[in-house]
Amino acid sequence: MPLIDITDLHVRFGPVHAVRGVSLSVTEGEAFGIVGESGSGKSTVLRAICGLAPTSAGSIRIDGQTLTAPRRPAFYRRAQMVFQDPYASLHPRHTVDKVLSEPLAIHGFSDREARVERALNDVGLGHGFRFRFPHQLSGGQRQRVAVARALILEPEILLLDEPTSALDASIQAEVLNLLDRLRSERGLTYILVSHDLAVVSHMCERLMVMQHGQAVEELARADLQAHRASQDYTRNLLAASEGFSRAAP
Amino acid sequence: MTLLNVENLSVTFPSRHGPQRVVRDVSFRLGRERLGIVGESGSGKSQTGRAILGLTPTSGTATADRLEFDGIDLRNASHAQWRKLRGARMSMVMQDPKFSLNPVMTIDRQLVEAARRITPNRAEARDKSLAMLEAVQIRDPARVMAAYPHELSGGMGQRAMIAMMLITEPDLLIADEPTSALDVTVQIEVLRILDDLVTSRGMGLIFISHDLRLVSSFCDRVLVMYAGRVVEELRAAELSQAKHPYTRGLMGCLPRIDGGTRPLPTLQRDEAWAR
Amino acid sequence: MSTREWLLTEQPASRRQARLGQSYRTWLAFRRNRLAMIGLGIVLALVAVALLAPFISPYNPIVGGDLRTERLLSPSWQHLLGTDDQARDILSRILHGSRITLLVVALVAVIATPIGLLVGTTAGYYGGWVDTVLMRLTDIFLAFPRLILALAFVAALGPGIENAIIAIAITSWPPYARLARAETLTIRNADHIDAIRLQGAHSARIIWGHVVPLCLSSVIVRVTLDMAGIILTAAGLGFLGLGAQPPQPEWGAMIAGGRRFILDHWWVATMPGLAIFVVSLGFNFLGDGLRDVLDPKAQK
Repeated sequence: MPLIDITDLHVRFGPVHAVRGVSLSVTEGEAFGIVGESGSGKSTVLRAICGLAPTSAGSIRIDGQTLTAPRRPAFYRRAQMVFQDPYASLHPRHTVDKVLSEPLAIHGFSDREARVERALNDVGLGHGFRFRFPHQLSGGQRQRVAVARALILEPEILLLDEPTSALDASIQAEVLNLLDRLRSERGLTYILVSHDLAVVSHMCERLMVMQHGQAVEELARADLQAHRASQDYTRNLLAASEGFSRAAP
Repeated sequence: MTLLNVENLSVTFPSRHGPQRVVRDVSFRLGRERLGIVGESGSGKSQTGRAILGLTPTSGTATADRLEFDGIDLRNASHAQWRKLRGARMSMVMQDPKFSLNPVMTIDRQLVEAARRITPNRAEARDKSLAMLEAVQIRDPARVMAAYPHELSGGMGQRAMIAMMLITEPDLLIADEPTSALDVTVQIEVLRILDDLVTSRGMGLIFISHDLRLVSSFCDRVLVMYAGRVVEELRAAELSQAKHPYTRGLMGCLPRIDGGTRPLPTLQRDEAWAR
Repeated sequence: MSTREWLLTEQPASRRQARLGQSYRTWLAFRRNRLAMIGLGIVLALVAVALLAPFISPYNPIVGGDLRTERLLSPSWQHLLGTDDQARDILSRILHGSRITLLVVALVAVIATPIGLLVGTTAGYYGGWVDTVLMRLTDIFLAFPRLILALAFVAALGPGIENAIIAIAITSWPPYARLARAETLTIRNADHIDAIRLQGAHSARIIWGHVVPLCLSSVIVRVTLDMAGIILTAAGLGFLGLGAQPPQPEWGAMIAGGRRFILDHWWVATMPGLAIFVVSLGFNFLGDGLRDVLDPKAQK
């Protein structure tokens, strides 16, 4: 049975029909990618899963159970999200310590000290970062804090919304490696949204291409690597990702 | 033929820990070609571009042993001289069209105003504007002319912006991350437009970007910047034979569609590069 | 390691050090602004004078001297700022009057700021009908001219400094609510608010712990800048005889008392006027300085 099962999801914001009938299923321990350009609805799918966007029609099931709106507190201990912009996703007046211990306080954990220290170590930031404010951190360090925050409640599902697109290439590599390592260590299930085919190909076993709120096609990583796409749109994306070529029309 | 000659350009900003040199002794010559400047955030690539146009923020100072555009010394150029040069002979395209286009004026007014710098005749300026929008592959120029910037999509806005910068047919265009805010497929289209303009009009182009792969596929030559310094200059086609460890590290740490190493090689920075 | 280094370290070792370091950085930025420092000096002086008034006043502010010989004396070494028509030393009255001014300022800040913050952030965060109801309520209060509402209030409850303060506080909060709401609307959709929502936090925790601290600085700046107006309103009420009642040495009432002699004995009305002017100016300087330090949008 798939861990995450979405059938015919529709999301409407007033007159805007952002997601039009998307279905996907992700098994436990898998990394699933969603690729698309801006306005394709890829992030909205992610936000619908965690309840930040309204589900207008269709269903989202985790472990066979349809999610309620609003989500139950237990949901947040199963699924967490990492946002795109590490400069916007951390509260500017809260120290790293506060960011990491607040979820523990909300869910009534007792051994907060130890958990915060462990979470920092797990994402490769030592004790020295614990009492810093976001403005004292680089972009990559902030994103590590965001990952630590997402993992501190020990969820099994991580929703990654363009987690590296705001970072420099060398920092991107570090964060991708971190996410990769955490997944294999903890058997996490990922849904990764990105506009970058190379990132998705590197991280995910399967992926879905989206355009205008609809799924264009679903591919396995091997298909992508061999450039075996059946749809023109996917082929265009693949060609564009190779960089500029003068020969093309 | 040398269009731009830069020798030992430095840009300094004051900070709490004393003056901070964000651009350090950058030298290069530009002909009628595509030159890429690549670097990560904080490498000084954008400040280099701004300093050439005399757009260094007022808190900073730019110095150079030589800064010549077509034989004109830019270091001591007066306001009047800059007015004649900027926009007319040298232009700049910024990353986000939202910040560069005036939000309360239609594209029409902004374009025609720019066009009238070279043709005082209003009707002629308008014709030229329409032609320019067509040249940047806008299919419905009349509609775009009537629109306000916020009514255009990102790609359209960036094209309108490029049209505005190119309408005066400048000899030098500095494009600072002109396509980073755009989708990949749109990105390629915008690059194609720039490419045509360089080839057909013999314009010099400085293309500033963080995207090494894109720059190497688009430009003729590439300067790689690190901590304010040019660490390597090489022909774009020879990027795979780069010598400097930073350039090689930057190339290596990019994930690849057709598989690659796992985990990704990371960049080990060396203090000595910044010296 | 010096205290300064301890405060400015990029790697604080405890919560306390992080918080103190942050405050110290703000202070360093504030200290660079000369006018703001002057403003802070004036406000601190006001506080000091209010605290020490009984000790530094040369005469009794309520009971005057000999009505036959000491009325309306011009400034001299005996009476630095002269005396009024009741033969009271004006300097002593101004020094004691600072207590009333400070009381007005402090109480209005303490009453109006939290109301404004709470109404504004709640309206902005929830949106929908909550926003509509709260903002229409705010509009109603905003529609009353401050002085007129204060007049009505004082007329209903009787004149006195307490009623004047309540009246001023009630008419002061709507602008803060509007400001806090506008700030909240931009903060509400920030990723870090979504993030804490995804941690399962309920609305009260988000508003209090995440939204309010971000609105607080601009509201504080606004309150500080409004202080001048509040002092003037209090003085205006006093001038109209609706605020502090004689013989209390309230600055506005003192000007009213001196009005009758303004041509022949200028100092009676001028001296309290100068005091109002200096204190208002001090709050304005302080507010401008705070804005430069606290409000990122105003930074160049």
